[in-house]
Amino acid sequence: MSVRAITPDYKVQARDRVENFHGNQIVYVAWDRHLMFCAPFAYALPPTMTFAELRDQVIPEAFGLHEEFAKINWEKATWLLDNQPFTPDLNQSLQAQGVGHKSVLRFQTPELTGFQGKAV
Amino acid sequence: MSAKKLNLKDKYRLLTRDLDWEYSYVDRKKAFPYEEFEGIKITDWSKWEDPFRLTMDAYWKYQAEKEKKLYAIFDAFAQNNGHLNVTDARYVNAIKIFLTGVSPLEYQAYQGYAHVGRQFGGAGARVACQMQSIDELRHVQTQIHAMSHYNKYFDGFQDWTHMHDRVWYLSVPKSFFDDARSAGPFEFLIAISFSFEYVLTNLLFVPFMSGAAHNGDMATCTFGFSAQSDEARHMTLGLEIIKFLLEQHEDNVPIVQKWIDKWFWRGTRLLSIVAMMMDYMLPNKVMSWKEAWEVYFEEAGGALFKDLARYGIRMPKFVEVTEKEKEHVSHQAWWIFYNYGHAAGFHTWIPSDEELDWLSEKYPDTFDKYYRPRWELAKKMEAEGKRFYSQALPQLCTTCQIPMGFTEMDDPTQIAYRSSDYEGEKYHFCSDGCKHIFDEEPEKYVQSWLPVHQIYQGNCGGASVEEVLRDYYKLNLGADNLDIKGSPDEQRWKEWKGVA
Repeated sequence: MSVRAITPDYKVQARDRVENFHGNQIVYVAWDRHLMFCAPFAYALPPTMTFAELRDQVIPEAFGLHEEFAKINWEKATWLLDNQPFTPDLNQSLQAQGVGHKSVLRFQTPELTGFQGKAV
Repeated sequence: MSAKKLNLKDKYRLLTRDLDWEYSYVDRKKAFPYEEFEGIKITDWSKWEDPFRLTMDAYWKYQAEKEKKLYAIFDAFAQNNGHLNVTDARYVNAIKIFLTGVSPLEYQAYQGYAHVGRQFGGAGARVACQMQSIDELRHVQTQIHAMSHYNKYFDGFQDWTHMHDRVWYLSVPKSFFDDARSAGPFEFLIAISFSFEYVLTNLLFVPFMSGAAHNGDMATCTFGFSAQSDEARHMTLGLEIIKFLLEQHEDNVPIVQKWIDKWFWRGTRLLSIVAMMMDYMLPNKVMSWKEAWEVYFEEAGGALFKDLARYGIRMPKFVEVTEKEKEHVSHQAWWIFYNYGHAAGFHTWIPSDEELDWLSEKYPDTFDKYYRPRWELAKKMEAEGKRFYSQALPQLCTTCQIPMGFTEMDDPTQIAYRSSDYEGEKYHFCSDGCKHIFDEEPEKYVQSWLPVHQIYQGNCGGASVEEVLRDYYKLNLGADNLDIKGSPDEQRWKEWKGVA
């Protein structure tokens, strides 16, 4: 479907195109079943950032508030990239492994069940 | 000259329908250029029944009387230090949301009705919109005056128009109205007059005004009563526009249905702020959000849609989702603000133990299972001196612009993710309803001014969140934001009340 506009051939540019982010791209990150964090976080990151940098430098700042964060065994954690199972390569850049502008990355730690075991 | 006095009927005709004339040298289509592009077919404007039945001179006289009384009460409220009679300093935060989030919508409504009041070919519709436009302008003014007293004694009231245009969560109400006002005139009326004023308005006004009454806020309560007779006329316009469009041409039915689907869902998302106010912000509760939804939407709305069925109109799309959401939205919304209380222009807090028990009682199927644990965690961290605030910005829904905090309704510990691809870009949504709205009109929502993305694009000043809050939003950091515990609002309240 498309919008009914009074202007013929109504065309606009998307406001959040990657070139508007000064060399960064937006990446959303969520820790599934840990709703202490009310919503996924949005980061503006260089596409050349490695997955290791994302995991070890970016993610801990906000997610580290959770008492279970220090207990995460990253070897066992599983990931979803844009809703599809994903095995990150720590040494590759985000861009090189398909983490694109406005991609959603979710990690799951089934052995950590959240505060009081209630997914919080 | 002897002026002959007109009888009421003649006066009414002359001052409404007779304001129109036959055009001799301008093409009618050029005079009303917005009337056809939405696909709505009007065959006979004379079938329009005027909902207000009021002429301008009678309107002024009536409103002047009403406002004289209203302002007398505001004066008395101020002279008697009415703010000291509210239940608790926490209550005033609901009024801060009203002033920054709702009053500017009254102004948007004034502008919107003034615009569409020029665009309809029928004089009856033009006059009705003009009247409502003036009502809305009066409402924004009386609301400002009603709440100005609080500005002298509490933080967070000082820059409400500026905040409305810029602060992240206020983009939710602002974009709702921007969406309606950038639509065609018929969609605007279905959006605001029907879906909002007729179907959902009781869920905004009754909770706020009963909330005010239950919490000793005479100023807001009196404004509510004063506005009530206007609201009744607005609801009549909502009902008239839908019946008129449906009776004019059968081709209008699917278009109107599409708008009802869209604006019902937009409205429910907007009302999640009212939901959290009722369940979490009023020290004296009126009723739970779930109860309000059942009374004002499920019962009243159900009857309305039964009535509209004869035109071929069905219940709004996704209404079955709202039946489940009424158990969850208020809790999820207040948790978002608790997480981001450092970035809000009002105070947040953990519910007291009595309030937690009230929530358990009102939400026996969901509160203890899903939401009490969140507050237990917040309490534990606060007791350890670690009241937490989220340290990164949230992902927002492209359509409603609320942080993606809503869950799957059949799996309430799983955040709901929906997305669409459009012209090579990804777009994310909190729900099937918001995704559906985007998919119908992607050209519109790819322009969403999403506050989080705007901050990252460098359009909101400062490099740090603190600079954005202080310089771009103009929040008085340390006074307007953060938890109510330890706030200047709370300190002053305790001094006034003589408690340590």
